[in-house]
Amino acid sequence: MNAFADQVLLLARRSVVRTVRQPANVFAPLLFPLLLLAVNSGGLKAETRLPGFPTSSFVAFALAIPFIQGALFATMNAGTDLARDIQTGFLNRLSLTPMRGIAVLAGQLGGVAAMGLVQALVYLSVGLAVGVRPASGALGVLVLLAFALLVTLGFGALGAFAALKTGSGEAVQGLFPVFFVFLFISSMNIPRDLISATWFRDLATANPVSYLIECVRSLIITGWDGQALALGFGIAAAITVVSLALASWALKVRMAR
Amino acid sequence: MKRLAVARAVAWRTLHNVFTNPSLFIPSIVFPLFFFTAFAGGLSRVGDVPGFHFPQGYTGFQFVFVLLQSAAFGGVFTGFGIARDFESGFARRLLLAAPHRSGIVLGYAAAALGRWLVTVAILTAVAFGVGMTIGGNGVDLLGLYALGLILNFAALLWACGVAMRLRTMQAGPVMQMPVFLVLFFAPVYVPLRLLQGWIHDVAVVNPLTRVLEAGRGFLAGTPTEVGAAFGAALALAVFFSLWAVRGLRKAETAG
Repeated sequence: MNAFADQVLLLARRSVVRTVRQPANVFAPLLFPLLLLAVNSGGLKAETRLPGFPTSSFVAFALAIPFIQGALFATMNAGTDLARDIQTGFLNRLSLTPMRGIAVLAGQLGGVAAMGLVQALVYLSVGLAVGVRPASGALGVLVLLAFALLVTLGFGALGAFAALKTGSGEAVQGLFPVFFVFLFISSMNIPRDLISATWFRDLATANPVSYLIECVRSLIITGWDGQALALGFGIAAAITVVSLALASWALKVRMAR
Repeated sequence: MKRLAVARAVAWRTLHNVFTNPSLFIPSIVFPLFFFTAFAGGLSRVGDVPGFHFPQGYTGFQFVFVLLQSAAFGGVFTGFGIARDFESGFARRLLLAAPHRSGIVLGYAAAALGRWLVTVAILTAVAFGVGMTIGGNGVDLLGLYALGLILNFAALLWACGVAMRLRTMQAGPVMQMPVFLVLFFAPVYVPLRLLQGWIHDVAVVNPLTRVLEAGRGFLAGTPTEVGAAFGAALALAVFFSLWAVRGLRKAETAG
């Protein structure tokens, strides 16, 4: 057990260190979601004047988006790093050592989760700095961070699966537009009940990303909403379980000794 | 004459590369359509915000933004190709072979225009397909597309200047991010008068605000700020022409 923990820690440390050594991988997931938040919260502030809009602060409403967008970046980072390990032969060399396959995945995802937590703390700090006060209080903040961690882990595992399956960093990068579509065809900019185009509302309702956003949003602007939390955590857990299973299977195939 | 021959050859090669490579061609078509769908469809309720009056509805309102965005990104995406040409060594061979090197920049600009014309034709067809109406006449529409054309040219020259200075694909975010920001710091979702706070102050001094507001005026058939819009767009094109030519000189010096 100790050897396994050591292996996981070593690989997690390596994952964090090489992310930190590439400023673009650190700043893009921090800056891009915050820029989008700034732009949208300025441009769409007028939306709060619509009857039925749940809050008078669009920043509070939109603060949920960076948490999910940051997790999407985690997918790219986890996948691209693992794909690079495959392309450079690092994974092959690892397979010659007594390193357990699952430690590779756990270490990689441990590093991604650590970065995800840092991102979530930054987004939260920015929100607090501009006057957003989570309606669910201090306990809600902890739940929010736990949720951000779970979502990052789920999407990170998905990126790892893509990398292990394809062995190509470009293929992993190619997933980004797909995730971007999921993000935009959701309730990210307007509550679902205020979407007037029926077809768009149906797409947003069928889109699991809507529920991830609404889970975070509920903690920030509503307080404790059991349904939103259950749906959010349920979907995030399902994504995580399925992605981890797929990534473990792909790793087994990739590291066949 | 030799300059035009160089421009024609560079343009043909760039367009051939784009239109025969789905991974280059499809995103430039799909992204504007996707933004049009997400904004015009998902945010159509924003048209009900008190004080929002645009005769052509929210679809028309967003069509103009997406049209201008596609023009700008048509230029930026072509800039990616220039960086790729430098990374692969092709651009250096081109610099050696071309008798008039400014023809290279002209060629890339012509390719960016050709690429955008295809994108905007599809975008316009889709917009009419989903029921967009126009209030302007033929001359107004010509004004709208002319603004897009100048913006496409200016964005290409910006991206070209960056690509020729950095000569690596890693310059992609440097080309893309400022254009993205300048576009989104304009009144994207609501008219300028409905913006509040810092975003309003930024939008007021953003040259693309004039272009966007004039474009929407053309579509509605009530042209506004036409002189300021064309002045701003042409000023950007002239400024980035100098930027691109200086970039070309730096690429020549780098060898």
